[in-house]
Formats: sequence, C-alpha cells, structure tokens
Amino acid sequence: MGDPLFWHRLQFGFTATYHYLFPQLTMGLALIIVVLKALGLRTGEPRYNDAARFWIRIFGINFAVGVVTGIPLEFQFGTNWGNFSRLTGGVIGQTLGMEGMFAFFLESSFLGLLIWGEKKLTPKGHFGAALALWLGSWLSGYFIVATNAFMQHPVGHVVAVDGTIQLASFWAFLLNPWALVQYAHTMIASVVTGSFVVAAMGAFWTLKGIHMEQAKLNLRVGSVMGFVFSILVAFPTGDLQGKLVAKHQPIALAAMEGRFESGPHAGLTLIGQPNVAQRKIENPIRVPSVLSFIAYGTFSSNVKGLLEFPEDQWPQNIELLYYSFHIMAGLGTLMIVLMGLAVLLLWKGRLDRTRPLLWALLLAFPFPYIATTAGWAVTEFGRQPWLVYGLLRTAQGASPTVNAGDTAFTTLGFAGIFVVLSVLWLFLIGREIAHGPVSQHGTGVGHE
Amino acid sequence: MNELWFWLVSAMLAIYVVMDGFDFGAGILHLLVAKTNEERREVLGAIGPFWDGNEVWLLASGGSLFLAFPKVLAAGFSGFYLALWLLVWSLMLRGISIEFRSHVQDGLWRHFWDGTFTVSSVLLPVLFGAALGNVLRGVPLDATGTFRMPLWTDFRLGPHPGVLDWYTVLIGLFALVTVAAHGSLFLAWKTEGPVHDRAKALSRTLWGLVLVLWILASYATSMANPAVYRNLPRAPLAWLATFVFLGGLAVVFLGLRRERYLLAFLGSGAFILGLLAATAANLYPVMLKSTLAPAFDLTALNASAGAHGLRTGLVWWLIGFPLAIGYVIFLFRFHRGKVKAAGEGEGY
Repeated sequence: MGDPLFWHRLQFGFTATYHYLFPQLTMGLALIIVVLKALGLRTGEPRYNDAARFWIRIFGINFAVGVVTGIPLEFQFGTNWGNFSRLTGGVIGQTLGMEGMFAFFLESSFLGLLIWGEKKLTPKGHFGAALALWLGSWLSGYFIVATNAFMQHPVGHVVAVDGTIQLASFWAFLLNPWALVQYAHTMIASVVTGSFVVAAMGAFWTLKGIHMEQAKLNLRVGSVMGFVFSILVAFPTGDLQGKLVAKHQPIALAAMEGRFESGPHAGLTLIGQPNVAQRKIENPIRVPSVLSFIAYGTFSSNVKGLLEFPEDQWPQNIELLYYSFHIMAGLGTLMIVLMGLAVLLLWKGRLDRTRPLLWALLLAFPFPYIATTAGWAVTEFGRQPWLVYGLLRTAQGASPTVNAGDTAFTTLGFAGIFVVLSVLWLFLIGREIAHGPVSQHGTGVGHE
Repeated sequence: MNELWFWLVSAMLAIYVVMDGFDFGAGILHLLVAKTNEERREVLGAIGPFWDGNEVWLLASGGSLFLAFPKVLAAGFSGFYLALWLLVWSLMLRGISIEFRSHVQDGLWRHFWDGTFTVSSVLLPVLFGAALGNVLRGVPLDATGTFRMPLWTDFRLGPHPGVLDWYTVLIGLFALVTVAAHGSLFLAWKTEGPVHDRAKALSRTLWGLVLVLWILASYATSMANPAVYRNLPRAPLAWLATFVFLGGLAVVFLGLRRERYLLAFLGSGAFILGLLAATAANLYPVMLKSTLAPAFDLTALNASAGAHGLRTGLVWWLIGFPLAIGYVIFLFRFHRGKVKAAGEGEGY
C-alpha cells in the first residue's frame, strides 16, 4: 500500500470503470434516439417523438455525469502517469487532441439543442441535433479507442534516440487494425447496453400495466435492436478481437483461458477456477479443440500456454483476467439467448403477455454493464505488465514526483465524489422514470 | 514549427479564459445579481447553452499541449498534483450544479446548487490565476525535468516556493476580479430587468477594481520574474498584444459609459486575450521556468514532441479550429437577443 504504483493503478482503473458506466449508455442511446426520431419523421406518428423525448431526458442526466467523470481521466495522464505522457505524448496527444477538436466541440454545441430545443427547432432540425450528438459521441469513442489501441498494439511510431516514442505514420496510427476491431466491438456493445435499458423500461411498464403504448414501442425497439447488436458484439467483432489477441498478445490469451500448458486441440474452458500457484484450473468443464478453432481457425492449432513465456511477462492478475473474460463471454451468450426469445415472442405477438420473459428482460438490464466492464478489464489486465505493449512497462509510466500519500488521498476523494454522484444519479433517474413519458403538451402518454 | 505550436497552445488557452471566463463570472455574481428563482434561471439560461462548449476549450488546449509539448504537460500536471485535483474537482462540482439544478422544482434543492455553483465558480479562477502566477514566477524544475511543490511554504518568493505564495495569490485574485468583471458585462448584455440593472451596477465597481489589481499585478510580476519585462524590447508581438489589451480596456470603459454592453463585453474579451498574449510573448520561448537554474527551464525548443507529429497535428488543427469557431458563432447566433427564463422543465 505504500507503493505509489498501486494507488496510481487503482485510481485510474476505478475512475475509468466508473466513468464508462455513463458513456456506454449515452453512446448506445444516441443511436436509438436517432432511430426513434427518424421513425417519427417518416411516419409522422407522435408516439416515436414521445419515446425519444423520454430517452433524451435520461440521456441528458447520463451525459452530464459522463462529462464530469470523464474530465479527471484526461488529467490523470499528466498528473499520475507523467512518464507515460512525456514518452508517448507525441503520439497519443494526437488522438486526445483530436477528440477535443472534432468530437467535444460538436457534442457540447448540440447537446443543449437536443435537450431543450424541440420546440424551438423544426422536426428536421431536432433530428439534426440528435444526429450531431450521435456523430459526436461516436467520434469521441473512436479517438479514445484508437488511443487505447496504440497501448495494446503500437503501430505507426518510432522510438527516438532520447527514448521517447514519436509519431512516424499518422494513418498507420489512426487506422490501427486493432483500433478498427476494438471500436466496432465497443460501439456495438454500447448499443447493446442502450437496447437492454430500453427493453427493460418497456418490460417494467408492461408488467405494471402503465403507459401501454410507449411500453409496447420500447419493448419492440429494445428487443429488435438488442437481438441484432447482441449477435454483432460476439460475431464478427468479438471473434475478430479474440483473434487479434491470439496473434499479438498470446500471453494474454493464455491467461484469459487460464491455460498453462501448450499444445494442439486446445479445449475451451467454460467453467473452472484458476489456481495460479499450482498452475492449473480446478473443477474445469472444457469443450475439446474449440479454443484452437476460435483463436486460429483450425481445431488442431497449437495454443501456447503461460509456461511457454517468461514469468516476468505474465499479466500480474491472472485470476481477475480469467474471470473477467469468462463473465463477459458467458453474459454475452446469455444476452443473445434472452433477446432471441424476446424477438421470437414479439414476432408471434405474445411478448407483452409472457410475464416470465418480461421479468427476465427487466432484471437483465445490468448484464451489458457487467459485460462491458468485464470486457474492459480483460483488455486492460491482459495488456499488463505493459503500459504500451512491448515498449513501456506500467511500472515505468507513473509520475516520479507523486508519492503514495498524495495518490491515496485523491483516490479516496474520488471514492467520495462518486458515492455522491451515484446517489444523485439514482434520485434523478428514479424521478424521470416515475414521471414517465410525456407528450409534447405536457400530459402523460398512453395512460390505460 | 515549435514556435508556431507555442502560439497555437497559448492562443487556445487564452480563448479558453475569455470563453469560460464569462460563465465563471456569471457564477461568481450569481447570488449577487439574481435573487429570485426566476432571476437565477435567467442567469443560468444565459450561460447554459455555452458553458460546456467553453470548457471544451480547456480540454482542447490540454490536448494540443499534450501532443506538442508532452514534457511540459507531464512536469506541470504531476508537479502541481494536489492543486490540480482541487481544480478538477471544482470543475466537476460546477458542471453538476448547472446541469442538475433544473431537474427538481424545490426551493432547498435549488438553493443548494446555487451555492455549489457560486463556490466552485469563485474557486476556479483563483486556482487558474494562481497557476498562471506559478508559470510566471517559475517552479523548482531540476535536471530530471520534473518538480514537486508543496501547496504552500512561507508564502514568500524564493527558489523553493509553494504553489501559493503572496504573488500567486495576488494573480489569483486578479483573475477572480477580472472574470467577474467580464461576466458582469456578459450578463448586462444578455439579460434585462433587475438582473441587468444589478450586473450593470456591479460592472462599474468591478472594472475599477480590475484597474487597481492590474497595476498591482504588473508591478508584482516585475519582482517575481524580472526577466519578463526584459524581453519587451525584442518582442514585437508583445507590443501588439499590449496595444490590444489597452485598446480593449478603453473599449470597456467606452461601452460602460454609453451603456453598450456587447461592445464593452467584446472589449473585455480583447483585454483578457491581449493581456495573456502579451504575457506569452514576454515569456517565449520559456514555457515552465525553473527557479533553480535557467538551464532547467522547459522551453518550446527543448520540450516538444517530434517534428513529424507537430506537422501532422498542424494539418488537423487547421481543420478543427475553424470548425470550433464556427460552432461558437452558430451558438451565439442561435441564442441571440436577451435571454428569458424558460418555462419550467424547458430549460435551465
């Protein structure tokens, strides 16, 4: 605990994890709001705009929390990870700078118009504001994922004589294949989060028997989009992401699977507990040869185990990495099944009468949050012990002048701030839900 | 290229101060100019569409500093560790205050957020001003290119000062009064009725204070860092900037006398922009001065990223900057005219 590195890592991991609870919903909702506004424009039916109006209010609260929890992340590069910033600023400063210039200005300029501007703007103008927010938030996502991708799989750089890492090819860096795959995977996952939240709202209203028109609409939009995007998050994007890990971070793959021994026909571990001290998985249930196929495309491929690599290159937290990956993949599968059932019943016209499934949809809204959090944990724990893979170790990236006491203090400060933010968020979101969807004339919609 | 990036980063920071300055100013004066809930919603409605975008100038300046002068960003941010987090937490509190206040129609709820909005709006310019004071006075950078500074020592100047000493506190106060005066003109321009009248009355007092503090701060700077004025004869840009800020100041008083508050507001923008530009021109090429030895100074020449990165950054910067300016113009045009408190649930 007296080690500053421990506190630096805890602070970044904690603040980034908390922050990402909000943008994953706003990025997903941004697309759903665009879809709802487009349906409203096309059909001229007010119910789509009523639904959009409700979700824009939820979006606004989450966006505000996302902005204020995002600011400290940008600052931590300089405050806590000074050496990392000094060494790589010439490269990652590009994407972080572009995020401000191209994404944040766009988002901040149109946010007010989306939230407060429906009456001032024409329907097309308000649709335009929704489009601008979608574009802005998804652009912002790209610049952040591209920055992370450089840390996972550095390309387009050169190591200068003074040891700093400098930009060599802008396009190679910006269009890093890792960034393209990770971006698709991440954005699609955010739409899954949005869809599950929308579907859960529809299920909640249906079960309570209120706002029935809106409940139906939310259930339909939520489960159709949820089904499509739950599949896309696994195939092809999750699959491609796995193949990239297998190719460029084979040690991380071995740790994710808790695989110690190398060999062909590697089995996929479904369940089991890693025992790192004894180099084995306890109580395993394995599907033979499937890991070889997933990682390299043939059932007979050799998949290297951890023992093949020097121990100082192993990720430090193999247990957490293993569980994060299995939780993500397990929940991902469950979400496809759940949304598949919902769409099937929707098609048969029985979804709003099947109460067990409505309960499941309502209670399942945390699943995508857990899965994305676990997914980022896989990415970040898997990258260890490197800060920039193969180039800079995490231990060498921290600020040399900041001690453990200072960092412990700010970490605790964040813990306090986030507790307060969580309470406020719950209170305000609870009020919005109690308030329900409202038509343009200020009356409740679809009261039965 | 290095010199160009020095100016681009300085320009963005100066624009940030002018832009976020007016909404900080509105926050500082919030409780003084607006007494009723309707009046306070008028103040928040005036800055509501702008404050978030104004803050983006800070993030965008930070991004530009990161890509062009990573060593300055790393040394400065980690050296001012605790002070910087106090600043970031104030930014967070302020954002939440503005955004959450309107959600609940309850007197106590709104009084609470009015209070946090004002407190954070006062703290922020003091902290930013103190940061500028530290840049002007210098910090104990050593051969490793890093420094560590306590929040305060004995409040005196010297080779081992604290983040706060009498000089940086003075600059902090100067910043506080200046953005309050800047904000009072914005409110006088954008509002009418009692809020307008109170902002108008306050602006005269505040601009008198600005004059006094400006003279004090300029004199104190010659004690904290005598080299600043030594550059003056060799820096034509500093002369130009001096001309801009003196002109801006004259326009402020002209606008105040004729009761033309848009004019006065533009004048105060020019005053802040010119003053910061003159400061940057006098400091060039030093970005972070060492109080230990001039050889340890971080400058635009020894702290920059590689040449290819700087050239590449310039290409997208030249695309992004006009876009950002375009959004600002669009927002001001869309929200032109006097602000009126929106209906409950339809605005801040």
